[in-house]
Amino acid sequence: MAFDYGKFVQGGIGKQLATALGLPRPTRLRRHDPKGSLVPGAVYVTGHGDAKVAHRVSAWLERAGVPIATSPSTSVAALVLDMSEIETPADLETLRAAVAPTLKTIQPTGRVIVIGRPVEEATSVAQGAARRAIEGIVRSIGKEMRAGGTANTVLVADGAEDAVEAPLRFLLSGRSAYVDAQVFHVATPVAPVEDPSDWAKPLEGKVAVVTGAARGIGAAIADVLARDGATVVCVDIPAAGGPLVEVANRLGGSALQLDVTADDAGAKIVEHTVSRHGGFDIVVHNAGITRDKLLVNMDADRWDSVLQVNLLSILRMNEALVPAINDGGHIVNVASIAGIAGNRGQTNYGASKAGVIGMTSLLAADPTIVAKGITVNAVAPGFIETEMTAKVPLATREIGRLMNSISQGGLPIDVAETIGFFSWDASRGVTGNTVRVCGQMMMGA
Amino acid sequence: MTTSLRRAAVLGGNRIPFARQFGAYAEASNQDMLTAALDGLVARYHLGGEQVGEVVAGAVIKHSRDFNLTRESVLGSALSPSTPAYDIQQACGTGLEAAILVSNKIKLGQIESGIAGGVDTSSDAPIAVSEKLRKKLLKVNRAKGAKNQLLALTDLRPTDFGIASPGNTEPRTGLSMGEHMAQTAKTWGITREAQDELAVASHRNLAASYERGFQDDLVTSFKGLAKDANLRPDSSMEKLATLKPAFGKGENATMTAGNSTPLTDGASVVLLGSEEWAAAHGLSVQAWFVDAETAGVDFLHGDEGLLMAPAYAVARLLERNGLALQDFDYYEIHEAFASTVLATLKAWEDEDFCKNRLGRTEALGSIDRTKLNVNGSSLAAGHPFAATGGRIVASLAKQLHEKGPGSRGLISICAAGGLGVVAILEGA
Repeated sequence: MAFDYGKFVQGGIGKQLATALGLPRPTRLRRHDPKGSLVPGAVYVTGHGDAKVAHRVSAWLERAGVPIATSPSTSVAALVLDMSEIETPADLETLRAAVAPTLKTIQPTGRVIVIGRPVEEATSVAQGAARRAIEGIVRSIGKEMRAGGTANTVLVADGAEDAVEAPLRFLLSGRSAYVDAQVFHVATPVAPVEDPSDWAKPLEGKVAVVTGAARGIGAAIADVLARDGATVVCVDIPAAGGPLVEVANRLGGSALQLDVTADDAGAKIVEHTVSRHGGFDIVVHNAGITRDKLLVNMDADRWDSVLQVNLLSILRMNEALVPAINDGGHIVNVASIAGIAGNRGQTNYGASKAGVIGMTSLLAADPTIVAKGITVNAVAPGFIETEMTAKVPLATREIGRLMNSISQGGLPIDVAETIGFFSWDASRGVTGNTVRVCGQMMMGA
Repeated sequence: MTTSLRRAAVLGGNRIPFARQFGAYAEASNQDMLTAALDGLVARYHLGGEQVGEVVAGAVIKHSRDFNLTRESVLGSALSPSTPAYDIQQACGTGLEAAILVSNKIKLGQIESGIAGGVDTSSDAPIAVSEKLRKKLLKVNRAKGAKNQLLALTDLRPTDFGIASPGNTEPRTGLSMGEHMAQTAKTWGITREAQDELAVASHRNLAASYERGFQDDLVTSFKGLAKDANLRPDSSMEKLATLKPAFGKGENATMTAGNSTPLTDGASVVLLGSEEWAAAHGLSVQAWFVDAETAGVDFLHGDEGLLMAPAYAVARLLERNGLALQDFDYYEIHEAFASTVLATLKAWEDEDFCKNRLGRTEALGSIDRTKLNVNGSSLAAGHPFAATGGRIVASLAKQLHEKGPGSRGLISICAAGGLGVVAILEGA
């Protein structure tokens, strides 16, 4: 069996060693339990000035039956801090004064969520500076938090306050276990924000297409979307047909074997979903490959195949998928940390994944997409425990696992949960975002 | 009770890639493979938890424990456990006969949907004890009391101990199927070159069908195998010419391992239904299952070749449907051996045979060979006996659907015991 540092330091001599040497001991993260409560304790809600967004959040939490704390004097599960009304960097004192005592008492796997406004909408230089400062503070808090805690920023555009609940629900819940130090941009919704009739099944009645669904992260995506109520069309190459069938039948979905790089791949997906399922609401472009080589040794085949599968196929398929997707639907792309930070031996992969991020923001703003009320977002996974990463040499693997604020690798389900969140009709204020699921990995901006 | 028949539609199919004996499926049982084929069909057509009218399938080589093979496979699949099932067996005609039975029940309105299929393993074969030993052991079992049982045991002789594994020999002649076919090939003067040509075409056509994605919604990978293990895309006349004859003697020894099907493992299933059921499930009709016929020939005393029965069945089927042999866009003639296909074609072209044996006034004539086995057949794919019918029905139905409504296809399958099963499909 492969050595696993995270498990080694959980007990016995490993625990003693780690404690004596001051080595990190990863906490078991809180993950979504469909039967459990949203947050395992009270949420401390406060803010700067009138804190109008905070009032909305309090009202929503009350309706959702979540206990609200007015101070961190007793242990709280989360802090929601509304900094949307700050005018100058001097106002940041409110943040220090609220967060500092909270960090002493916050429960393990706690959440710090700071609400701000977009820098671009600032009305003065001082206000812009203050708004941007929040990101720096929250990223630093993320590195100071212990026991699996996370800190994230939610920037709400003026007038988009209605759409803030979905990202807050996601961030407070176990669904965001491995999402740390991210900035969520909430804009005026592309279509009306709609809450599901039952939050245990936020995707009830929806049809989702997941490419690369036979194994790994793709199978986890299919699992989560089906758990949340969607009918899942599982797509993968014919060579992966056996495992693909297992996933599809486990979820009560359907299997579609095709090569995403084929010219008619998009048309085939449309034909299958329209005839068998009456259309589709969600597309997850997850299929991807790696063909690693240092650039000096990179041949045209490796270069081309990675760009074809990971990027060009999505552009081609979207030509057929975008006109056919149901209005108010959701497109989610799977990028990678390698597309943000780069990776030795992965110029082709890094190119394709950075391209996915670029495509995501541009497609989100496309007039056809906006007119149809479609959201387009991306996730960028960091070190995720999969069959693929299990084969990475020990030292590299442990570095990958530990080089983040949560001192452990993420799980495929963590990536899947973020994709699930992007797929909610309640998340229609969130589009053009690329969110990293990396536990605040030290790599990248 | 309705008297008018409705149409039965072929809606699609699924099979696992065929593996060579003791290859990728060496450890897989018939039930494993049939269940996998069913599960692939369920996933492709979104039938999880669905109660299908009936599942009909079978295997030629079967363990005694598999008396309810199809039902057990249904219970292990993602179909609703309330789906009824039964086994049939008609040698290599099993798969096609299953499709005939299902389509007939649909036409009669007895079921709305059904799955027909077949499976065979030459790797996980049942082994029985010698006939002498079996009889003596049964006698021991019958004996009353320890004393009598011991007495019965003393009757056992060392020579009684032996095992019998199934082979593809004809019980009444003791000849293997290949040896039988070698006789027929000699009768019809089928050359080695013609047989090798047919084999090369089979490999090239099947390889091309994979290449153009035709098999993407017909095959589901199993145990790491994604394509038929027997397929040789680079097969050529030169390579086949190097092979030594496997059947027949002297100058007439024209049949080699290259132009005969190898022993293979695999499973296939076909989804059939009424037009209404198809529409309710968002499935497009690929082809209509028009009609079918079976025939038997007297290969023991009647001087007819063991595998020539389809020649008779096709003649009767054409007669009943008022069709000429040339009225088809595609022909699927199962390649048990290349010489089987060539002997059948030659017989239909032969005026004497058609008059004296088939009772016709003239020859059936020749066919356009470019319409024959256009996506490859058993020489390339392999031939797990009962699984061949399902492979052909699903593949032909798709090919006819691509050709368009009104296109016509003929299926011809020979089987052990001098049997032939044939059918007509029409494109939708």
